[in-house]
Amino acid sequence: MARMKFICDAERCIECNGCVTACKNEHEVPWGVNRRRVVTLNDGVPGEKSISVACMHCSDAPCMAVCPVNCFYKTEEGVVLHDKDICIGCGYCSYACPFGAPQFPSTGTFGVRGKMDKCTFCAGGPEEHGSQAEFEKYGRNRLAEGKLPACAEMCSTKALLAGDGDVVADILRGRVLARGKGAEVWGWGTAYGNQAKPGA
Amino acid sequence: MKKTIFIIGFAALLVACGEKPQEVKGVRTDKPVYSGTGVASFTEPGWKAGDKDGWANHLKARASYGQDDHARAPK
Repeated sequence: MARMKFICDAERCIECNGCVTACKNEHEVPWGVNRRRVVTLNDGVPGEKSISVACMHCSDAPCMAVCPVNCFYKTEEGVVLHDKDICIGCGYCSYACPFGAPQFPSTGTFGVRGKMDKCTFCAGGPEEHGSQAEFEKYGRNRLAEGKLPACAEMCSTKALLAGDGDVVADILRGRVLARGKGAEVWGWGTAYGNQAKPGA
Repeated sequence: MKKTIFIIGFAALLVACGEKPQEVKGVRTDKPVYSGTGVASFTEPGWKAGDKDGWANHLKARASYGQDDHARAPK
């Protein structure tokens, strides 16, 4: 069975924000919420690097560990999802996440933050697959349509890779061998370095 | 006056009766993604809904073909 993972190849990312736009368009993400964003390190300095960051769907996800209402679950493919009907918007997951993935729409009265929203690896949520309810709460379910996440499929330079962990790792390995540099994959060890605890 | 206080007090006592139960229900089960959406127009051809291995192989092939430009480029 496929174990879904993200890799961002910093040698290729050109900070075009195509992944951010693709995500917002595909899922009709509300204003102020960015499930994915591009971060530039050493901006303006020669040799600057950009990476596209979103929920990495960690093997041992800290958000799952700290959630007081246990609204997170992991699919067979290793995608970390959550149930918005259970989420209370406490923000603990936001403090725990090393990637800053959880987002909170300020749609409530007096700017009270709403229920958490994050990247779903385009796998929807615990509603009927392809239903209007699923789309409105979590966005499109591309995995159930036999497609990969929109951000990676839209990436013009193919810097952002998504899919089965073995496949994307093989693709990156081939690139590193061909160019002879750029083997550092930021976030990979943090997200996938720890094995999932039993029952997680 | 006494009657008013009695009515207000009685109403205050009954407020708890309208409380909705708040048991933790846990996460609803989610169907596996390989079961498909049932919307043929948006579903990629090349695999059948419910076929776990077929779906996994389809996505592996899609990831490889769509993202591995070194493999696609002429040698």
